[in-house]
Amino acid sequence: MVSTVVFWLAAAVAIVGAGGVLLAKHPVHSALSLVLNLAALGVLFLLLHAEFLAVVEILVYAGAVMVLFLFVVTLLMAGTKTPRDEGRFRLAYQYLLAGLFGLILFVLVAHALVGADWMSSLAATNAGGSFGSIAAFGTALFTKYLLPFELTAVVLLVAVIGVIFLGREHGATRK
Amino acid sequence: MVPLSYYLILSALLFSIGTVGVLVRRNPLQMFMSIELMWNAVNLSFITFARQYTNMAGHVFVFLVITVAAAEVAIGLAIIVVVFRTREHADVDELNAMKG
Amino acid sequence: MAAVIIIVIKGLILAVLLLTAFGVLTLTERKVLGRFQFRPGPNRVGPGGSFQFLADGLKLMLKEEIIPNGADRFVFLLAPTISLVAALFAFAVIPWGPPIHLFGQTIPMEIGGPNVGILFLFAITSLGVYGLILGGWSSQNKYSLLGGLRSSAQIISYELAMGLSVVGVLIAAGSADLNNIVSAQTNLWFIVPQIIGFLIYVVCMVAETNRAPFDLPEAENELVAGYHTEYTGMKFAMFFMAEYINMVTVSSLATTLFLGGWHGPWLPPEIWFIIKVAAFMFFFIWLRATLPRLRYDRLMAFGWKVLLPVALANALATAVWVSVVAR
Repeated sequence: MVSTVVFWLAAAVAIVGAGGVLLAKHPVHSALSLVLNLAALGVLFLLLHAEFLAVVEILVYAGAVMVLFLFVVTLLMAGTKTPRDEGRFRLAYQYLLAGLFGLILFVLVAHALVGADWMSSLAATNAGGSFGSIAAFGTALFTKYLLPFELTAVVLLVAVIGVIFLGREHGATRK
Repeated sequence: MVPLSYYLILSALLFSIGTVGVLVRRNPLQMFMSIELMWNAVNLSFITFARQYTNMAGHVFVFLVITVAAAEVAIGLAIIVVVFRTREHADVDELNAMKG
Repeated sequence: MAAVIIIVIKGLILAVLLLTAFGVLTLTERKVLGRFQFRPGPNRVGPGGSFQFLADGLKLMLKEEIIPNGADRFVFLLAPTISLVAALFAFAVIPWGPPIHLFGQTIPMEIGGPNVGILFLFAITSLGVYGLILGGWSSQNKYSLLGGLRSSAQIISYELAMGLSVVGVLIAAGSADLNNIVSAQTNLWFIVPQIIGFLIYVVCMVAETNRAPFDLPEAENELVAGYHTEYTGMKFAMFFMAEYINMVTVSSLATTLFLGGWHGPWLPPEIWFIIKVAAFMFFFIWLRATLPRLRYDRLMAFGWKVLLPVALANALATAVWVSVVAR
């Protein structure tokens, strides 16, 4: 009962947040809407017994990634004046076409996800006590999925090197 | 208890909103945020399926997605900062200096 | 239903306690700082100046609320709210005593104890950064903006070292649930085996709360007052409260992780908890009275090049110890 109410509330907040990302004029407002959306998703993750990932979602996404976004936005667009988003090269009817495409995409994806056998034929199995806990997650990550885990470490290393390369001071090359 | 298919519909809706965002917005930062929205919509469906089959693989996948997304954001934002350094405004349509 | 009522009551008690602690702390800080500098400190309002914090509060409430011209009003108001809410919310998972038995119910002495307890706490405190960066951005003031950017960079950098310094404790306790961590310290406080982690944590906790000598976001001789330059009245008071409540939270976490939480002889556990937290508070004030402010580049270099590698090495050493030697 409680979980039903929480689901609808969180879903509404998530949609409002997503709409905000889409419609907000200033990137800072977009970023804040996205944080709202992420918080709602965290709640939904909790409802799905993924408590570790719910916390990771808030900690990594809302706490680090979005702060980085805000950092860059406030650095590049200091001042609260809305930057121009004129789009000189817009197609004719771009908004309409994009909206139509989005609607079709939604119908198709939703139909593919819900219409297929995998949801209807299986009643949701009861989640055991340890499902989604840190222990269960860690066991899966460090045994069966060790190789992908190690590979993401390489991805992160590449990202670090790439960012250092991109962010180097231009004065340094001139010397 | 809400049927799990509702979560999937929500995930599809968020994904579509993200797609429209990428198509409509011309500010690279806002396009980037729309892409983040799409990542997270996918994460939601992963976790829903993990719950459906009580299989931790979905959780591991989401974890990897979050890691890769973080790396992607770091690099993407670094590129945007470099672009803004060289020109005042960054409308993605105007970034065509490398076309043949 | 009873569970919900209990949680609401606990939440209210905790909020009142934290806000009282804030009042007492501001007064104590001014008195103690005065003693450090051979002056009496505030001594006019009430006996020995003990009502000074009420006078301060009244003054802040009656001040005119100013919103700078051209500021983003919504974000300007949102920023202090986020700071305060995150600060109050983070305390929810910290156990400040053993469970008590009342009216046939076993009531744990924290609001919620998820088994991801400590991660939850870090997640919530990491949201507090939004208050600073948004406050700095929305005020339409370059000093505020610089202060906000500085503080967000500083807090994110030190959050990494802080998280890693705690990993040693988590490995040693074998749990991320704060209650289990406390009960793992019945015989030996983690400050003894995890002394390196403790030292790193203490440095990081001062940096995380933007206190001297790491108070660069509000370095008044370069940035006027940093991110809250433009804030007045209650909005400023909310930032102020958030800072002090964050100090209480990080001190409580230090107590829980390294000083055995509420464990202690003779006195009741809650009293022990308060004594330990108060000791950290005094330490905060002592630091402020003693140390000059660091230069910003040194601060960042110290965090990334010293604290982070040492914290990593500590986590690795603990993991080796637990899996090889202690087994």
